[in-house]
Amino acid sequence: MTTQHEYVDGNRLAGPLADVFAVDITAASTSCIGCGRRSVVAQLHVYVVGEGYVARCPGCQDPVLRYARTSTGGVLDLRGTLSLQVPLPG
Amino acid sequence: MVRRLAWLAGRVVEARHETTTARTLVLEVPGWPGHLAGQHIDVRLTAEDGYRAMRSYSIATPSDGDRVAITVQRLPDGEVSPYLVDGVSVGDRLELRGPVGGWFVWEPSSRIPVLLVAGGSGSVPLIAMLRARIATGSTARFRLIYSARTLADVLHADELAAAPEGVGVDLVLTREESPSGRPAGRLRLDDLGRPRGPVDVYVCGPTGFVESAATMLVTLGYDEARIRTERFGGGGRP
Amino acid sequence: MSIVNPGFFGRRRGPSDRIPPGQYATEEFPVLSAGPTPNIHLDRWAFTITTEAGVEHTWSWDELQALPHETPTVDIHCVTTWSKLDTSWEGVSLDVLLEDVETAADYALVHSYGGYTTNLPLDDLLEGQAWVVFGYEGGPLAPEHGGPARLLVPHLYFWKSAKWVRGIQLLLQDEPGFWETLGYHEYGDPWREQRYAGD
Repeated sequence: MTTQHEYVDGNRLAGPLADVFAVDITAASTSCIGCGRRSVVAQLHVYVVGEGYVARCPGCQDPVLRYARTSTGGVLDLRGTLSLQVPLPG
Repeated sequence: MVRRLAWLAGRVVEARHETTTARTLVLEVPGWPGHLAGQHIDVRLTAEDGYRAMRSYSIATPSDGDRVAITVQRLPDGEVSPYLVDGVSVGDRLELRGPVGGWFVWEPSSRIPVLLVAGGSGSVPLIAMLRARIATGSTARFRLIYSARTLADVLHADELAAAPEGVGVDLVLTREESPSGRPAGRLRLDDLGRPRGPVDVYVCGPTGFVESAATMLVTLGYDEARIRTERFGGGGRP
Repeated sequence: MSIVNPGFFGRRRGPSDRIPPGQYATEEFPVLSAGPTPNIHLDRWAFTITTEAGVEHTWSWDELQALPHETPTVDIHCVTTWSKLDTSWEGVSLDVLLEDVETAADYALVHSYGGYTTNLPLDDLLEGQAWVVFGYEGGPLAPEHGGPARLLVPHLYFWKSAKWVRGIQLLLQDEPGFWETLGYHEYGDPWREQRYAGD
């Protein structure tokens, strides 16, 4: 089996990101700062390394969102994201 | 209103083997808020010395009060799955949070035909969608294409054999001839067929399987915007 | 709330004299990547050490191969809690690569093909503690494990042993790398369980 495919879908972030967001962030849409492509968070390519998560743009593979659960809290890095649009009930 | 996802205690009220390596656990979870077919839960196990391990499992059943079922495939080198398949007994309690994931879900109000493509234990959230269709009396056309190694590896086989009208089930077996006479082999373009009109597609399985299925679907003319995928990595969920 | 699951032990864990606290020993070599495996052609591969003054020292693949090889056998420890004992490697010591490099730097930021970075003190790359390796267990290093070449710094958690290494930037001031900016420890000593900042 090739390891190029060892990522999972952004859906997997739903649980871990519930630590830091009050809404389901996997249904939100993002724009990648590298190539501008819009994706739903659930569509990002997520590489899971223990309790560290790297969500990459399906287009250019740049990291869009990173999250780690450390011994003292959750660390969220959104520097690869231009914006995050969260659907909210009207 | 802020509802931060809390860890809940679920009690195992039913446990049954689906195959020699897979078991369904039905959990009773006081305070369960309900869920949509396709969502998953995170299960967290704690050893006596405080060591913890967490895994995600798709929910196998449509929303039903405070009951939630998962079907766990035992992986040969797994850390959590052997405990859930062989170690847990009825009456035991498990820590879980959920439901999580609002994207890979089927809304029973939708009338759009649905194509489900499952690889191995990736059938679990798709079975939940099929069950939700039946439970809600939906008449949306459903077709499940389920790839497994052998017939003995097919989860919920009896239920699939008794699928009601409007639900098509095609087995794609990679190591033996399918009951339909299809020769052994991996999923191919002609197993999927071309779309006639809009179809909502849900694909779940190991990453390599989902990757190749999604590529074939786009080749066949399925609308990329209507394809939702859930890859769960190399071989399964350890 | 926490439920203890009787009969659940998880992986067999250390410590022992070879297994640091919180780790378990495995015979496997798990593949962990923060991104896709880059496609690297050897004829375009290069390894560059850049000093704080901007001076570059670059080796092509053939030039690297012409340097004296070492074959260290070491224990490796991944922050995701597996340890693997007696792994054997082939590569070039960083002592050799840094021999003619003039620097006053105290820190190193390691760069990889694919964009990964990790930081560590320069001292930890010296005196037989670190290698650029291209061989594993008698064969070439597989791409999923960092081939054609990776850094090997076995006395620190394995995320410091950057896969697909392409260079080292020498710095007067410490600069956190890929995981370090996400709260992972700036040093990462497995024997002191320095997994995250503050540990």
